[in-house]
Amino acid sequence: MNDTLLKVSGLRTSFFTDDGEIPAVNGIDFTVHEGEILGLVGESGCGKSVTSLSIMGLLPSPPGKIVGGHIFYKDEDISHAKESRMRQLRGNDIAMIFQEPMTSLNPVFTIGDQLKEAIRLHSHLSKKELEERSIELLKQVGLPRAKELLKEYPHELSGGMRQRVMIAMAMSCNPKVLIADEPTTALDVTIQAQILDLMVKLNKETHTAIIMITHDLGVVAQMCHRVAVMYSGKIVEEGTVKEIFNRPQHPYTKGLIESIPDLHDKKDSLYTIKGSVPKPGSITRGCLFAPRCEFVMDKCLEQTPELLGEEHKSRCFLHQG
Amino acid sequence: MFYYSIKRLLMLIPVLLGMTLIVFAIIHAIPGNPALTILGTKATPEAIHSLNRSLGLDNPWYIQYFSYLKDILSGDLGTSIQTHTPIASEIWPHLAATIELSFIAMIIAVFVGINAGIISAWKQNTVLDYTAMILALIGVSMPVFWLGLLEQWGFSIKLQWLPSIGRDDIRNSVDPITNLYLLDTLLQGRFDQFWMVLRHLILPSIALATIPTAIIARMTRSSMLEVLKSDYIRTAKAKGQKMVWIVYKYALKNAFIPILTVIGLQTGLLLGGAILTETIFGWPGVGLYIYNAIQYRDYPVIQSGILVIAFIFVMVNFVVDLLYGLFDPRIKYR
Amino acid sequence: MNEALLQVENLKKYYPIKGGKFGKVSETVRAVDGVSFSVREGETLGIVGESGCGKSTTGRMIMRLIEPTEGKIIFQNRNIMELSKREMRKARKDIQMIFQDPFASLNPRHTVGHIIEEPMIVHRMGDKKERQKRVEELLELVGLNAYHARRYPHQFSGGQRQRIGIARALAVRPKVIIADEPVSALDVSVQSQVLNLLKDLQKQFHLTYIFIAHDLSVVRHISDRVGVMYLGKIVELSECEALYNHPQHPYTKALLSAVPVPDPDVKTDRIILQGDVPSPAHPPAGCAFHDRCPAAMDICSKEMPMLKTLEDGRKISCHLY
Repeated sequence: MNDTLLKVSGLRTSFFTDDGEIPAVNGIDFTVHEGEILGLVGESGCGKSVTSLSIMGLLPSPPGKIVGGHIFYKDEDISHAKESRMRQLRGNDIAMIFQEPMTSLNPVFTIGDQLKEAIRLHSHLSKKELEERSIELLKQVGLPRAKELLKEYPHELSGGMRQRVMIAMAMSCNPKVLIADEPTTALDVTIQAQILDLMVKLNKETHTAIIMITHDLGVVAQMCHRVAVMYSGKIVEEGTVKEIFNRPQHPYTKGLIESIPDLHDKKDSLYTIKGSVPKPGSITRGCLFAPRCEFVMDKCLEQTPELLGEEHKSRCFLHQG
Repeated sequence: MFYYSIKRLLMLIPVLLGMTLIVFAIIHAIPGNPALTILGTKATPEAIHSLNRSLGLDNPWYIQYFSYLKDILSGDLGTSIQTHTPIASEIWPHLAATIELSFIAMIIAVFVGINAGIISAWKQNTVLDYTAMILALIGVSMPVFWLGLLEQWGFSIKLQWLPSIGRDDIRNSVDPITNLYLLDTLLQGRFDQFWMVLRHLILPSIALATIPTAIIARMTRSSMLEVLKSDYIRTAKAKGQKMVWIVYKYALKNAFIPILTVIGLQTGLLLGGAILTETIFGWPGVGLYIYNAIQYRDYPVIQSGILVIAFIFVMVNFVVDLLYGLFDPRIKYR
Repeated sequence: MNEALLQVENLKKYYPIKGGKFGKVSETVRAVDGVSFSVREGETLGIVGESGCGKSTTGRMIMRLIEPTEGKIIFQNRNIMELSKREMRKARKDIQMIFQDPFASLNPRHTVGHIIEEPMIVHRMGDKKERQKRVEELLELVGLNAYHARRYPHQFSGGQRQRIGIARALAVRPKVIIADEPVSALDVSVQSQVLNLLKDLQKQFHLTYIFIAHDLSVVRHISDRVGVMYLGKIVELSECEALYNHPQHPYTKALLSAVPVPDPDVKTDRIILQGDVPSPAHPPAGCAFHDRCPAAMDICSKEMPMLKTLEDGRKISCHLY
C-alpha cells in the first residue's frame, strides 16, 4: 500500500535569535496517508505549529530555518524547494487554515475577492465560472446566502462563519492535504462542533487528508484516525487514536489524558504533571521529559530514547526493555 | 456616508469662524495705524479721524469683525494697500502657482516615499532598508533653503541643465487662462511651452518634496511592517500568491490609512509653507506674495493670504477624512 | 450552612449604542439582562456560557468594576449598590478577583513581592515587616518560593503567573473570590495544577468561589452548583451533578453534547446547533434561544419564559417545563 502523501523525516527547524539557536522542532518523523486525519497534539511551544509552517514553507525567515531532514510530498523533497515551486503547491496541493479566523482574512477586501483569488491562482476560469465556483464552495461549507456573502467584508461575519470561509478557500482547489492549525481553538463549543463536523464531512466527501494540529485531546479523540503526540520539539508517541487513548505508553501522554477534567465523572483532585514545559534547547542530555516524569530512571537522564515500535511507537525506555 | 459628509461640513463652520477670528485678532494686535500708513506721517489729526470713520475703524471691535466677516462671505477679501487692486482677483495667479508646485511636489513625494517605505519594510534589516531609512533621515533633517541653493548651483549653474528661477522664460511667457501653466499650455496646444514649464518645475518641486517624501517613507515603512506581520498576509501566502502582489495589493491597502493622514497634513503644509522654496526659486506663489506684503506692511493682503492658506489646509484634511472610508470598509460614517 | 453569602437580584447591564442620523441612541446592547442567583458560604458557583453571553460582565459587576444599570447585589445582608465609594473600597477587601490573562493582569514593572503586597497597603494591613512576611507565606501557599518575591512577572511561566494572581487575591483574606476564566490561557498540564490549587485553598480557608469559564469540563470539576448563561440570561441553574447528568434546558443539552470527549470509544450523539449566537443588540423576540432550539414551539417565539424552580430545586427558563 503506497498511498503515502506526505512524509516528514528527521525534520529539524530552528530559530536563530540573539540568544543563539533555538531548536523548535528537533528531529521528527511522520507520514500522512491519502484520505486520513492525522492529529498532531501537544502543549504550547512543543513545535506543532512550526512543523506545519515548515511543511508549507511559510516559516518567518529570518529567524526561522529548516536545518535538517526532509519533507517529501509524494516523491518530491520540498524542504528546500524553490519559492516558485512552493507557490504552485500552496493552495493547490497543500492548503492550510489557521487558528484565528478573526484576523486570518484581509479586512479590506470582500469575501468574494479573497475566495476568487484563491481559485484563480491555480486555475483558469472565466468570470462567470469563478462566481459559480465561489458560490458552490460557500454552500459546500454550509454558509447561507452565498451570493450576498461574496460582496460582504470579513468584519460583517461571525467567527464561525469566517472559519467556514477559510475552509472554503482552502478547499477551493481540491488540495490533497489540508493542514488545520488549531482551527477551533478561538471558537465557542457549539461553533467548534459545527466546524469539526464540517471538516469530517469534507474529509469523507473529497478524500482530502487532514493534519489536525491541536492541544485539545477531545478534538483528537473525536475526529482523528491517527495521532502523534509532541513534546518539546519531538514526537514522543504515535499510533492509532484507539491505541493511544486506551493504551498510552509514554508517561507524558498518560499524564495529558489523565489531567483533563472529565465531563461525566467528578474526581476530587486532578492528576497533574509536575513542573512546566522546559525551554527548547535547555535540556541537552537524556529524555526531555525526564525532569517531570514520575517513572524516571537513571538511564533516562543519561541516554536519549528513540521513537520505536511498529504501529504504536513511543519514545520511552519503559517500553523498550 | 452622505450624512457624515454633511455633519463634517457643518463641523467645519466653527473651525472656519475661529480661524477668521484669530486672523482678525492678530492683525488688530499688531501696533500701527492703517490710516497713518495710508496717509503718511504728515497727516493732520482731522484727516486721520475722518479716514478712520470712513474705514469704519472707530466702531467697536465686534462691529468691525462682523463687517469683516460679511465682506469675506460675499467674496470680498479687501483691497491691497500697495497695488490698490482687490485681493480676491490678485491672489488667484499666486495661488495657482503654489497649487501647481505643491501638486507636482506631492506626486513626487507620494511616489518615491511610498515605494521607498514599502521596499524597506519588505526587505527589512537589509542594506536596501538601511539605505532608504538613512536617506529619509537626511531628507527630514536637511534645510530646504540649503538643498535649494545646492540644486541651483549644481543643475543650473554648473551643469546648465535646468532653469533656476521663475515659472517660465520671460521671452517665451505663457498666456494664462486658468493660471495653472501646465494645464494652460496643454489647452493651447503649446507642447513646447508645456515642456518649458515642466523644466521650471523640476528643481523647486524636488526641493519642496524632500521633507514630505522622507516623512511618507518612514510612515509607510512602519505601517507596512505592522501589516506584513499579520495573519491575513500569511493566509495570502498559503494560497500561493506572489509576494510582490501581496505587498502592493493586499498589504498597501491595509497600511494606507496612516499614510493617507500624513499625505493630507503634508499637502496642507506644502500649500502654505512653501515661502522658503518660493523665495529661493523666485516662484510667484502665495508664499512669495505674503512675504512681499509683509515687507510693505500690506495688512489686508497678509490677513487674506493667511486666511486662504488656512482655508485650504482645513479643506484638504476634510477630503482626507472622507477618503478613509474608501480604504477601510470597517470605518463607518455616522 | 445554607446561608446565602452573596445574592444577586435582577442584575442588568445595558450599553447604549449611538448611531443613525446625528448620533442619537439607536439601539441598546443588553449584555446582562436580569440575572439572579445566590452563593452560599463555602461553595463554588460555576457560571458557563459562550462568548458574549455576559458571564464576565456579571462577574465584574459584582465587584462594581462595571457599574450595573439595574439590580441588587446583597453581600452579608448589605446592598453593595448603595455603598459609598469609601464603603465600597472596604467591601472589595472581602471580594477579590482573579483574571484570565496572567500575562496582562500583572504590572510588568513591579516585583512580584510588590504586586502581592499592594492590596494590603491599600487596605492598610499590618506594617511593612508583617506584610513582607505575609507575602512570603502567600508565595509558598500557592506553590512558589519566598525568594520569588524579588523577581518580575516576565520571569515566570503562564501557570506561575496565575499562581501569583491567586496569591495577590488571597493577600487581604477575602471571603469571596471571583475567578474569571482563570485557567483558559493555560496548557492542560498546567491547568490541572492550578485547578487543584484552587480547590485546596478553598478547603483550607473556607473560601467562596464564583467560577466563570467557557470550558464545561473545568466548571464541572470545580463547581458545586452551575448556572448556564445564554444572551445575558441564566437559562438553567442547578446542582452540578444534576445539571451534567440530566441537563433539562435544550441549550444546556446542546452545549454538553458539543464538548469533544477525550475518549475515542465514546461517540456522543452530538446536537449540532444551527447558526450563531444572535447579537445582544437584537435578541430574538420571546425566548432568546428559540431560533436555534431543536425543541422550539409556537409559544417560544412569542413569550419570554420566566425562571422557574423545578421539584429538584433546579431553576430553568424554558416553556417545556
